[in-house]
Amino acid sequence: MSKKRCVAMLLAGGQGTRLGKLTTRLAKPAVPFGGKYRIIDFTLSNCSNSGIDTVGVLTQYQPYILNSYIGIGSSWDLDRKNGGVSVLPPYMGQKGGEWYRGTANAIYQNMYYIKQYDPEYVLVISGDHIYKMDYSEMLDYHEQRDADATIAVLEVPWNEASRFGIMNTDDEDRIVEFQEKPAEPKTNLASMGIYIFNWKALEKYLTEDEQKPESSNDFGKDIIPAMIEDEKNVFAYSFNGYWKDVGTLQSLWEANMDLLDDDPALILNDPAWKIYSVNPNQPPQYIAPQAKVTRSLVNEGCVVYGDVYRSVLFYGVHVGLGSTIRNSIIMPNVKIGANVTIENAIVESGTVVEDGMTLGSSDGSISLIADGEIVSVPK
Amino acid sequence: MKKVVGVINLVDEKNTLSELTNHRSFASVPFAGRYRLIDFSLSNLTNAGVNTVAVFTREKYRSLFDHLGSGREWDLDRHQGGLFFQPPADEERRNSGDIQSFYENLSFFKRSLSHYVVVTNGQLVWNVDFDQIIEEHESENADITVVYKPCDDPYTSGSHYNVLYTNDDERVDRLNLGVEPLPGDNVFLNTFLMKSSLLISLVEESIESGKYESINEAIAANLDRYHVHAHHFGGYVTFIDSIESYYRYSMEMLDPNVTQELFYNTGPIYTKVKHESPAKYLESSSVSNSLIANGCTIAGTVENSILFRGIRVGKGAVIKNSIIMQKCEIGEGAVIENVILDKDVSISPNERVTSDELPRVIAKSTVI
Repeated sequence: MSKKRCVAMLLAGGQGTRLGKLTTRLAKPAVPFGGKYRIIDFTLSNCSNSGIDTVGVLTQYQPYILNSYIGIGSSWDLDRKNGGVSVLPPYMGQKGGEWYRGTANAIYQNMYYIKQYDPEYVLVISGDHIYKMDYSEMLDYHEQRDADATIAVLEVPWNEASRFGIMNTDDEDRIVEFQEKPAEPKTNLASMGIYIFNWKALEKYLTEDEQKPESSNDFGKDIIPAMIEDEKNVFAYSFNGYWKDVGTLQSLWEANMDLLDDDPALILNDPAWKIYSVNPNQPPQYIAPQAKVTRSLVNEGCVVYGDVYRSVLFYGVHVGLGSTIRNSIIMPNVKIGANVTIENAIVESGTVVEDGMTLGSSDGSISLIADGEIVSVPK
Repeated sequence: MKKVVGVINLVDEKNTLSELTNHRSFASVPFAGRYRLIDFSLSNLTNAGVNTVAVFTREKYRSLFDHLGSGREWDLDRHQGGLFFQPPADEERRNSGDIQSFYENLSFFKRSLSHYVVVTNGQLVWNVDFDQIIEEHESENADITVVYKPCDDPYTSGSHYNVLYTNDDERVDRLNLGVEPLPGDNVFLNTFLMKSSLLISLVEESIESGKYESINEAIAANLDRYHVHAHHFGGYVTFIDSIESYYRYSMEMLDPNVTQELFYNTGPIYTKVKHESPAKYLESSSVSNSLIANGCTIAGTVENSILFRGIRVGKGAVIKNSIIMQKCEIGEGAVIENVILDKDVSISPNERVTSDELPRVIAKSTVI
């Protein structure tokens, strides 16, 4: 293998427990988003658009859909002769094997993969977040600062800061303290779960961390605090754009609704920063004479006879005559009969909604319709 | 399975779509919101397991070449077989009939080691099951199977159709080339199947004798010698031969029964992927009876129209009975009626671009 300047390791093994039945059969990074995408498309597209062509994707929980979706990476131009995308599941070796115990352990178990490219830097990202970011700019910053590690940070509202990993920095953006979900945060700079490491430093810290039986083998809890304690050069890299952890049904719903603004914070059709996805080969959408579609995103293969307001329709969705869809996310190939009302709901792929049904409510909760069941959660 | 190679023969294309075929080949004319005409025949071939396809072209193939690329979208980026793009090899002879293209590519047929050759063209909008035609060819013990459709279009124009006549056994006993069909006439869809070895000998004979300029002439002249079976194609197919008919057939795509048959009942139709976002409808949008492709942002009114990928329709703009191709910009308050806008046309705010009867075509990249 020829040498690579930077190898990306994309953590995609998360279950996404708080997404309930949406993740019964698929991992969180494979959850559909934005009418056309899966969550992982954003990080894979960021890699491709940033010129990073070597990406190891670490899978664990319900990997099949994710594996088949990623394929050889051709949708993101990551089908490369040298590098490209590689799916890295847990494996057995001569001395046995084990599941990934934490984010750091997942990378530790795949150090052989990184070593073959002999990189200067390793970018560690997570397939759970929705954002557009040029990693090459962060890499330039990392080089300019002569850093051992750089962590992307985002200013979050103060009242939410205690939900995040919070960085305390000095005047030069050097991180002097890292607090995981502090009760009383000292700053509102939250970690976005995006790290760049000098490979030699990372290799050392990962190996040392494995020797500590009490370690949770996690970047936020173990690796970063150890580097700060050793007074390594750990810098914060500020990011100002749109970033969302869609880890709950509420945040997933909100992030989809954010796209429906006239000028959304996250632009999906920027020709200079395309978000790639696997194409389902569907004809254009048909909007019937009786239909009314406003403030919505609608994908190819949809056939709409009813009213759709402030909703996101994935490919192959049918909306029957006299039906109304409001404030909802309708995932691929959902068939909605006639005279149906759906409000404030997330409807899982492939659901069939019979004529005349009413789903969801306007009481301020979001309903998830998955596996033939309805679960309500507060908005 | 018998090995089959496909040929999409564009050598005898007629540039009858005025502005739409001024700068591109007929086969690469955009259709149905996100396709090019060639996508239909090409997808039909690959859906039948044909993974070696040659495209014979004569001229204006730049946009076609760009569209087909490596053939990846049709699964034709193969080590074994794949897509072969064949422009004329002999400039001197580029104006002779298509027999010359077959002759220049004899080695393609010989090398492919295929049993059968399916030849079709790039202008039919259809979803045909070539597997079924091969089965019928074998069960009929035919030498050549030609595909036809009784003409159900009263508006076909121009004497560049080929009409065939059969006996009671669906065996072709006459093939009239270069005629204007009447409703009910069996129009030969310029699609046929024969053994590769037979095609090779027909082409070699034609060139040696100098008697036939086109492969159709060679078939028509040999109806006594070979068993030429006629396959009646029962599905939806277009006879696009003018801007009017292009417009009329495009508007048929607003009938969900037609799109169901074309896109879902047999195999999928593949095309070049553009990675556009889903279409976005703003608060002020009003869309009815229209086909909308991805990447569109609609703030105005769209009725009985087809919008290709990446079109922006400003607030207060009205589009009626029109076909708007890729990347057009329709300014606020503009009115578009009964027109075809080719790619990249930009209409300034409050402009009116209308036409009373015939669809008016606005050429590529025009700014109004």
